[in-house]
Amino acid sequence: MTLQLAIFYVVAAFTVWAAAVVVLGKNIVRAAVALIFSFCGMAALYVLLDAEFLAAVQVLIYVGGITILLLFAIMLTSRIASKTARVVNDQVILSAMVAVGLLVGLIYASTSGLVMTAAPPLLPETSPFLGRALLTTYALPFEVVSILLLAAMVGAIILARKE
Amino acid sequence: MIPLSHYLVLGAILFSLGVFGALTRRNAIAILMSIELMLNAVNLNFIAFARYLPQTLLQGQVFAIFVITVAAAEAAVGLAIVLGLYRNFKTVNVDEINLMKW
Repeated sequence: MTLQLAIFYVVAAFTVWAAAVVVLGKNIVRAAVALIFSFCGMAALYVLLDAEFLAAVQVLIYVGGITILLLFAIMLTSRIASKTARVVNDQVILSAMVAVGLLVGLIYASTSGLVMTAAPPLLPETSPFLGRALLTTYALPFEVVSILLLAAMVGAIILARKE
Repeated sequence: MIPLSHYLVLGAILFSLGVFGALTRRNAIAILMSIELMLNAVNLNFIAFARYLPQTLLQGQVFAIFVITVAAAEAAVGLAIVLGLYRNFKTVNVDEINLMKW
């Protein structure tokens, strides 16, 4: 077993554990903090996949932005100290069947299809290439996404504002 | 080198966990967190394929950037809606909010 594979297994186990705490944890604040750990593990996996720029974006947007927003929303909406009786609704068994079925199908599809063990040679510099591609080949989707962000920002302000 | 299927199986596990959370949690914010988990699993698959397929235009990474952007917009609007719900119903448990059910 190479060092890279060992690192992958450790990071993957950490990420899955954190995701399980997010989904199954009783305390909502603890779930949000576990989400931060899960995002960090994911960023480490991006580094293993030679996507350094996306790892940085992951840490900035998910860890620094979205989880802070989630924590603020949790503090504004729920009494953290109070124990809630149930955190899950009454369709747990059905949902578990759906999730396990999906998992089996996805694992079958991803292990029986194409087998790739060796990656092609890396581009010499990924981040400058990505920047150029975003402003040339993908210029139109880039602009559309920026309009989407503007609309979402205005919409969120209007929805959250008190009249 | 790590085989591609390892990343795909990890993405499948995370996606299924997210599906389970989104279907079962009562707190609307917990549902949003599960959805973020699912989007992250998809991003992992995109980036893994971008690494293991011949790199011509890095399509996988560019698509992952767009997914992250849409996820940020979704989180902002979703949390604003949750705040509005809390203001009107004094609860964020989705099974107690049955205004549009008959």
